[in-house]
Amino acid sequence: MIEFLKRLFGQQGSSATAKERLRLVLMTDHLELAPEMIEAMKRDLVELISRYVEVDRERIEVNFERQDRTLAMLANIPILGVNRPNGNGAVTHEAPKPQPEPVATVAAPPSDSKPPVRKRKRRKKSQRARTQLPSTA
Amino acid sequence: MPESDEAKRGRAIVVTSGKGGVGKTTTTANLGTALARRGARVALIDADVGLRNLDIVLGLESRVRHHLLDVLEERSSLDDALVADKHTDGLFLLAAAQAREKDDVETTKMQALVSSLRERFDYVLIDSPAGIELGFKNAVAGASEAIVVCTPEVAAVRDVDRVVGLLGNRFRPQLIINRLRPQLVRKGKMLSVDDVNGILRLPLLGVIADEPEIIVTTNRGEPLALRTQNTTGAAYHAIAARVAGEDVAAPVPPESKASILERIGSLFGGLRR
Repeated sequence: MIEFLKRLFGQQGSSATAKERLRLVLMTDHLELAPEMIEAMKRDLVELISRYVEVDRERIEVNFERQDRTLAMLANIPILGVNRPNGNGAVTHEAPKPQPEPVATVAAPPSDSKPPVRKRKRRKKSQRARTQLPSTA
Repeated sequence: MPESDEAKRGRAIVVTSGKGGVGKTTTTANLGTALARRGARVALIDADVGLRNLDIVLGLESRVRHHLLDVLEERSSLDDALVADKHTDGLFLLAAAQAREKDDVETTKMQALVSSLRERFDYVLIDSPAGIELGFKNAVAGASEAIVVCTPEVAAVRDVDRVVGLLGNRFRPQLIINRLRPQLVRKGKMLSVDDVNGILRLPLLGVIADEPEIIVTTNRGEPLALRTQNTTGAAYHAIAARVAGEDVAAPVPPESKASILERIGSLFGGLRR
């Protein structure tokens, strides 16, 4: 029905498809052309997350993936250990435990994406559910 | 406009696009014609070595005796190689070598040539080859400004985006959108001017319609800019005026409103999109 209305008001031609494809392809092009930006982002990401948990800096992976009509950043950051908060909320560093690494997957929608559609919200929830912290050994 | 020392030198503008077949050569020929008809002295350089075309579009193919590489390699003087246009006073062509390769051009020599042409001409328009390799780099080498030509297609816009990234700010690239079909835009079947430039965000010199007459004029070797009564011919003149710094509006092909019948037609034709 919405499609029908869009057609009625002349909003949805193949030019809309072209525009959408162009937007996505340029985002990936620009990322591809800025490897140093991705490296810097990785560094910042590790720095941020390391404030809370101990991560395996060598094995961090950042990928970009097309999902429906958006580009998503998927960061795979193996967690080695969780710093235990002390009384005042500050963290104390523990030695990394040589345990099989659980993995935190973070999906970040691109900043200029449209307001998330319902379908997207659901995915984000399921992703959050998958985000596991290491069980105390 | 350039200041002080630069003031007396002409402007060297490269016409480029990344993607092939978007109309760089046609644009160069028509813009050159329009600029010369405003009274400027204009030199056109065909930098597409190995695929000489600009002479054909101008109808000068039988007059070319020497070419760009003859001049760069000092087998011919610049004056002997410059071909005077047969339709427009003050317009000259330096043709590309047909039997050579783009890599044969020495970048520093190209720079020196453009520099010497700028002493004698108000405008030096350099028709760049497609691609972003050495041929493109040589075409850009002597230029100080750039005009990018883009058609309303995903691939063309993507390539222009890449080329603009390579050019950087130094060339202050300006945009000509070529081969727009207003009817298709209206029906939502072609990217619009706003769609294209919403992404590229470049100063817009003008928009040229996909005009059947271009084929006819190219067949004859007479640029459409010779006909000012033709809407597209007039659009080239408006673009030339804007290049010259005149405060005229960017030409955009007329786009009449869709009729009710067309709306209903597109409603039923929707499945074919």
